[in-house]
Amino acid sequence: MDLLIFQIPILMVQASLDGILLGTLFALIAYGMALQWGVMNIINIAQGELVILGGYIAYFMYVAGIHPAFGVIVSPIIMYFIGWSLYKTIIFRVVDRDLFISILATFGISILTQQLMNFIFGSDVVVAQSNFGTTFLFNYMVTLPNAKIFAAAISIIFAVLLVLYMRRSKLGRAIRATAQNARAAKILGVDTESVYAATFGINAALCGVAGSLIAITFTLHPYVGLPYTVRSFMIVIVAGLGNLPGVALSGMGLGVFEEFSDYIFGTEFRIAAVFLLLVLILVYRRFKLSRKREYLK
Amino acid sequence: MDLIKKTLSILSVFIFSIALALPSNAKVEGDTIILGAAVSLTGKYSTNGEHTKNGYNMAVDRINDMGGVTVGGKSYKFDIIYYDDESDSSRAAQLAERLIKQDGVHYMLGPYSSGLTKAMAPVTEENKIPMVEANGASRSLFTKGYKYLFAVLSAANQYLEVAIDLAVEKNGGNPVNIAMAFEQDAFSQDVRIGVVEAAERTGSTITIDDKLPKELNDMAATLAKVKATKPDVLVVSGHSKGALTAIRQISEMQVDVPMLAMTHCDASKLAKQHGKNSEYALCAAQWHKTLSYSDEFFGDGAQYDKEFTEIYGYAPPYQAAESSAALLVYKAAFEKADSLDKDKIRDALAQTDMQTFYGNIKFSDTGQNIAKPMVLFQVRCEGDVCANRVVAPTKWASHELVHPIPSWSSR
Repeated sequence: MDLLIFQIPILMVQASLDGILLGTLFALIAYGMALQWGVMNIINIAQGELVILGGYIAYFMYVAGIHPAFGVIVSPIIMYFIGWSLYKTIIFRVVDRDLFISILATFGISILTQQLMNFIFGSDVVVAQSNFGTTFLFNYMVTLPNAKIFAAAISIIFAVLLVLYMRRSKLGRAIRATAQNARAAKILGVDTESVYAATFGINAALCGVAGSLIAITFTLHPYVGLPYTVRSFMIVIVAGLGNLPGVALSGMGLGVFEEFSDYIFGTEFRIAAVFLLLVLILVYRRFKLSRKREYLK
Repeated sequence: MDLIKKTLSILSVFIFSIALALPSNAKVEGDTIILGAAVSLTGKYSTNGEHTKNGYNMAVDRINDMGGVTVGGKSYKFDIIYYDDESDSSRAAQLAERLIKQDGVHYMLGPYSSGLTKAMAPVTEENKIPMVEANGASRSLFTKGYKYLFAVLSAANQYLEVAIDLAVEKNGGNPVNIAMAFEQDAFSQDVRIGVVEAAERTGSTITIDDKLPKELNDMAATLAKVKATKPDVLVVSGHSKGALTAIRQISEMQVDVPMLAMTHCDASKLAKQHGKNSEYALCAAQWHKTLSYSDEFFGDGAQYDKEFTEIYGYAPPYQAAESSAALLVYKAAFEKADSLDKDKIRDALAQTDMQTFYGNIKFSDTGQNIAKPMVLFQVRCEGDVCANRVVAPTKWASHELVHPIPSWSSR
């Protein structure tokens, strides 16, 4: 137990802001997962690998002399087609099957993508430089890298765009209809196959955006995808399916909780603390549900 | 007819099973001594696995070109059987079995990384096969009482001890405040033990002791604590990811510390990837091309660097240099033993006391190289070009240590 954060209260501001920025970025990845989980009932274990792949697109733009921030435009376009192709070749075979089969299939995609990235890009850890500088607050006591602020801002923009797209566009309506009742949507003339392909593509595109942001804020390596999968999975579990504002809140909440756990319990326990919180939330939910069930009886 | 067929098939199965059960005598074929190695050619260690293999090959070719190994008045050539361990420790252990039991190898070379060496060592030990390894630095390799394991490199706990001594020296011999952030893996935790021991020895205080989870790529909380507590030294170890993350976030958060000491600066190409942001970082390394050790095969470090670059098209990282050194140790042991018997080779290895271009090599009873100190270099930039300059030990220092590190506001 470390009480440094209580002795130097300005650290609480730093921890909260770091947590919010981190959580917003993770929430973007979770959006994609929530969307395709809700629509297709698939838990995508390869989510993290799609993120890293998107990051490599931004990284190679950086190597080619283009500012990696432009990755947030280029990467989603390429990733949309990669996601769409993945659906057309593999995912369509498991879409109506047991959840376990889809987990196995996406787990396979995850391993394959890791190995391919390792084979093509090499196993070195790489970073792309944004040179965005730093914002100082409270007389230099709190520092916020502008790259992280940029990442959070872009995440929010894409989240808002996604919500608007789902509400306003024809495809958005079709996606929502398919999520509610795929068979009814089909009867009413919705081409559910295309809807599924587009949903998987949109998910991959969101991963592409997140990956580009990770290339300029953290590090890239073919084998670091899993933490992103796990984190987005947790955010979706806490928020519940089909609850997009909930995803944003849950992302930020978990981010802040994680930062505070780091200061109070020690860095080695920060991830354990988040998992413990997840367990508590699930137990609480179950308790609430069972009470509701009793009431209904 | 049927009976003949039946007898023939039984006989062929019998012969086949005997062939499988008996190891082919591959340890020495004609005038070639066969060594066995499992290295990571695919998977997460593939880059370093490649360096290891290139280092081995470079030395094999050089030794063979220069007359090979003389045993009992006869000249032998070296050859290596390679398998890909896929960066997986259980696979490495299987391949060690295969090299020994099926291929009949009697002399082994190590894989890349402490984890894989740890997986293979029990197998070589059980079969009493000597293994000279060049890429497993974990201290736990030398505490199990292994008799057949010899490591040409310095152990992990020696990596950053020098940095603490240097910080104390620069502080006028007075104890210092140390902030540490180490990844939770075998190697980094061994490096941590070395720093903790150095802190105890010098009476220094550890103010921050963060253990970074393996999957973590954000050190903002640790660095905010460092900023608030202002230690004299910040020590970071977490492979390439840790080194790159630390420099990225130290520069973004403008964390001022008088001394920053790390590992894996060259493996992560820190100076190239982060450029000026990495300037003044102190890095522990097993070897540097500017060191003045020398031998008859490769000359000195600079010559090794030049020739390796000509052959493989890139400058040799220390992983390649130490791998080459492993072969030089084997050659000396064969000639000292003047025999191909693996136990005699083992005894000759234990008595090794030699200088190579990579450094002095002399093994302790536990197989650890005790004759070679670690070197510390500091990243220095001229214009936009940054390079590693040796600053300690003073005997080989090509540049003066810059201490304390200039503050971010003045850079």
